[in-house]
Amino acid sequence: MTTKNPEYDFKWCPGCGDFGVRRALEFAMAERIQKTGSAMESNVVVAGIGCSGNLVHLLEGPQPFGFHGIHGRSLPIAMGTKMARPDLNVVVVAGDGDFLSIGGEHIGPQAARNLNICAVVMDNGVYGLTKGQSSPTTELGTNTSSTPYGKIEESINPLELYLTLGVSFIASGFSGQPRPLAKLIAQGMDHPGFSIVHVQSPCTTYNDTYEIIKGNSKKGIEPSIWELPEDHDASDKQAAYGVVRSGGLPIGVVYQQEGRPTLDDRQADLREKAPLKSAQELLDAFQL
Amino acid sequence: MQTRDFVVRFAGEGGQGVVTAAEMLARAASSVGYHVQTFATFPSQIMGGPTWTQTRISTSPVLSPGDDLDVLVALNHEAYQGHNEEVRSGGVILHDSEFESPDDERAIGVPFDELAKQAGEARSANMVIIGALAHLVDMPLAFFEDFVQKRFAGREGIIAANVAALRLGYEHASDSEVQIGQLEPPVKPEGEQLLIKGNEALSMGAIAAGLDFYVGYPISPATPVLLFMERNLVGPGKFAYQVSSEIESIAGLLGAGFAGKKAMTATSGPGLSLMSEGIGLSWIAEIPLLVIDVQRGGPATGLPTKTEQSDLQAALHPAHGDVSIPVIAPGTVEECFYGGVMALNWSERYQGPVILLSEMSLAEKAQNIPKPDLGQVVSESREVYTGTNGYLRYDGWELSPMPIPGGPGAYVANGSEHDAMGDTTHLPERHVQMTERRFSKLKLLEDGPFERVNGDEPIALMTWGGSKGPSIEAYEDLITEGHKLAWYYTMCLNPLPPALLEELRSKDLVIVPELNYQGQFSSYLRSLSVKAESITQFTGLPFKVRELKKRIIALAEACKGGKVAA
Repeated sequence: MTTKNPEYDFKWCPGCGDFGVRRALEFAMAERIQKTGSAMESNVVVAGIGCSGNLVHLLEGPQPFGFHGIHGRSLPIAMGTKMARPDLNVVVVAGDGDFLSIGGEHIGPQAARNLNICAVVMDNGVYGLTKGQSSPTTELGTNTSSTPYGKIEESINPLELYLTLGVSFIASGFSGQPRPLAKLIAQGMDHPGFSIVHVQSPCTTYNDTYEIIKGNSKKGIEPSIWELPEDHDASDKQAAYGVVRSGGLPIGVVYQQEGRPTLDDRQADLREKAPLKSAQELLDAFQL
Repeated sequence: MQTRDFVVRFAGEGGQGVVTAAEMLARAASSVGYHVQTFATFPSQIMGGPTWTQTRISTSPVLSPGDDLDVLVALNHEAYQGHNEEVRSGGVILHDSEFESPDDERAIGVPFDELAKQAGEARSANMVIIGALAHLVDMPLAFFEDFVQKRFAGREGIIAANVAALRLGYEHASDSEVQIGQLEPPVKPEGEQLLIKGNEALSMGAIAAGLDFYVGYPISPATPVLLFMERNLVGPGKFAYQVSSEIESIAGLLGAGFAGKKAMTATSGPGLSLMSEGIGLSWIAEIPLLVIDVQRGGPATGLPTKTEQSDLQAALHPAHGDVSIPVIAPGTVEECFYGGVMALNWSERYQGPVILLSEMSLAEKAQNIPKPDLGQVVSESREVYTGTNGYLRYDGWELSPMPIPGGPGAYVANGSEHDAMGDTTHLPERHVQMTERRFSKLKLLEDGPFERVNGDEPIALMTWGGSKGPSIEAYEDLITEGHKLAWYYTMCLNPLPPALLEELRSKDLVIVPELNYQGQFSSYLRSLSVKAESITQFTGLPFKVRELKKRIIALAEACKGGKVAA
C-alpha cells in the first residue's frame, strides 16, 4: 500500500528479516521498471500465506499488482498469470512452510516447465504466524511448539532440492543485506526461466538465527555466512552441488542454466505448429 | 409392421469395437435424417471387461436411450447372458456364431469376422453387423452405402470392402427370414444438424463464449474436454495445457482469471474435491473462472465410468466459509452447448466462480442437435477498470470494474478478508460488508430461463440435469394417459430463477427424479421452502421411462391421499 492504511493491522515483529526482503524487492522492481521503461503495473507479486505473504501489502512506493491467495499455491497461481500474460513480470513471495511443505509439490513441475517467473523464498526455519511450529528447514532435534521434545525429522536442504529438481536459476541470499539481495532478485527476474532466490530471513521471535549467520566474536561464534568466490562457475552443476553441500549460508548465484527455452517460448513454438481454426470451423466439423 | 423407433445394443468386451459400431450406426442413420442418440457405459480399464453401447434411432427427436431393446448384438456369450433379458418380446438377438448358439428362439447367429474376411477387409465386421441390422428393420442398404462412400472418400479399396461387408451381413440376415418391422423413412429435421457428444458440445459452448485459457488434469469422464482444448484452443492469446493436479488446475485458473482471461477447467468429482479451497478463493477474491464437473458415481474413486447426479450439494457449497456458488446443469447434449456459453458468461458477469454440472451419460452421448448459430451467441466479458491508480477494487455493494495487470488500478486480489483496497482486515463491520457484497452479486444471475407446462396443476414434476430426457418422455406419456401434472425445468440451479421458485413454492408437491441416494435437489428445494420429494436411483445407470412413470404416479397418488409429509 502506498500510504499507511489504518485498517490494516498486520505487523512484522521488530527485527524480522522480511523487512529486508521487502526493501530488496522494492529496489529490484524499481530498477527493473527503470531499465525496461515499463510501468510498475506490469509487475505481479503472488504471495503465499504466512508472515512472508504479507509482504505484498507492505510494499512502499509505486504499487505492483498483487495476489494474496491461499497457503502453498503461490507457484501454480503464478503459472496461471504468466501463461495468460507472458508479457508480465511475475514474482512469487513465500515462506519456507508455504513453499517447501504444503506447496512443495509445485516446485518440480515449474522446474520441468522452466516457467519464466522469479520466486523469492523467505526461510526462517519456523512457522511464525501460527506461533512457532517446526518447518521443513527446522533442524533435527529442535524444540518448537509442535516438537516439544525435539524434532524427529531431518531438515531438508532447499538449495540442493532446487538443483535436483532442475530449477534453472538458484541464488542464495540474506535479508540482512538488502542491496546485494536486490541484485540477486534482479538477476533472478532477468533470468529467462524458473528462478528461485532463497533467502535466510530470521524470525526474531521464534528462531533468531542472526548470531549463527553473522557470528559473534565475543562469544567465539564464527559467521556461517560466506560469499561465493568470484571464480565459482554458476553454469557448472557439479560445482553448484559442491556449494550447496558445503554448509553455512552461501551468498550469490549458485547455479544458472543458460539458453534453456521457457514454457512460454515453447508454447509460442507450438502455436506455429497447431492449425488455427475459428469457432465456426470447429463447429462445422461436427455437421452431418 | 411400421415402426418409428429402433433401439439396438452392442455388447461385448472392451476393445471389440462396440462403441465404434454403435457410433457408426448413429452417424449413418443421422446422416440420412433420422434422429439418433447413443448411450455408452464402459469398464474402467483399457482393454477387456464387459462393455456396451446403445443406439436409438427414431423418426422424431430422441429423449432417452430407450427402455427395451429391439435388437441385441452380442459379441460373446457373456454379453448374451448379461443383456438378453432386456430384449423386448418379438425382438432379435444377433450373435457371433463363433460362440455356441444360445437356446433362444430370438437368436440369429452371424459369422461376423468370417464375413468380414470374405468382404476383403478383416476390420469391416462392424459393417457386417450394420448390414444385418438394416435387413432386420428393412432400411435401404443404400443409406449405409452412401455413408461408406463419404466416410472413406478416395480410398476405393476400403469402400469396396465395406460395401461388400454391408451386403454380406444383409444377405446373411435375410436368410433367417426374420424381420422386426419396417422403420419408417426419416423425416429430415429442418435446418442443419450436428452429431456431437456432450463433452464436445460443452467445449464448443465455452469456445463460442470466448474462452482463452484452459488447464486440466486427466480424469474420467472429463478427459475428452482436455483433449479437445489441447487440440483446438490454439492461436494468439489462447492457452491449453495439462497440469500436474487439480490443485494446479484451479490455481492456474485463478492466476489467469486475475490476469484478465476467460478461464476454465473440466474435472469430475475427485477433482472438484481437490479444488475446494481454490474455488473459495475465487469467491472471496472475486476472480472469474469456470469449473466443469462431469459427474461420475460415488465418493473417492467411486464409479469412474458410470453416471450419477450426486455432486449437486458439493457444487452448491464446494468450499468452507459462507459461499454459494452459481451452478448450471445442462440436461441434454444441446443444452451442454448453451450451458457452456451461459456458464462462462455468468463467471465474467458477476466476477466469480461458476460450476457447470454435466454427467457421464451426457458426456459420452452422441446425439443429433440443431446446429447453433454462432452469430446469435452472446459472449459477455467482465467490466474492466480503465481509470487511474489509487482505485478501490472492492468498493460498493455489488459489482465494481476489475483492474487487469498491466493496466491501471493496481490492487491486491486477496483471499483474506479485506477492505475496499484489498488490504487484509479483521474489522467486524468490514466482514459484514464484504460478505453482503459477495452475496449481492448473485442477483446479477437471476435472469435464467425456465420451462413450464400445465403450470396450473398443483403437483409438478421437476427434474434436473441429464435425467431431463427420460423425465420428459415419462411426462408426455403420463399427460397422454390423462394424468394431471405440471412440468418445470431449468438449467440454472443456483440462483434459481426467482419467478420459478415462487411458482414452485405454491405447489402441493414437486416430484424430483434424480440419480443419487439422498435426494440432493429435493433437499435443496425444501431448504428454499418448496414441498419437494425425490425419486432416486443410484445404479450408475440412467432412469428407464417405464419405471419412472410408475414411481411418479405412486408419489402423486400418495400426495393426493395426504400420505406425503412434505
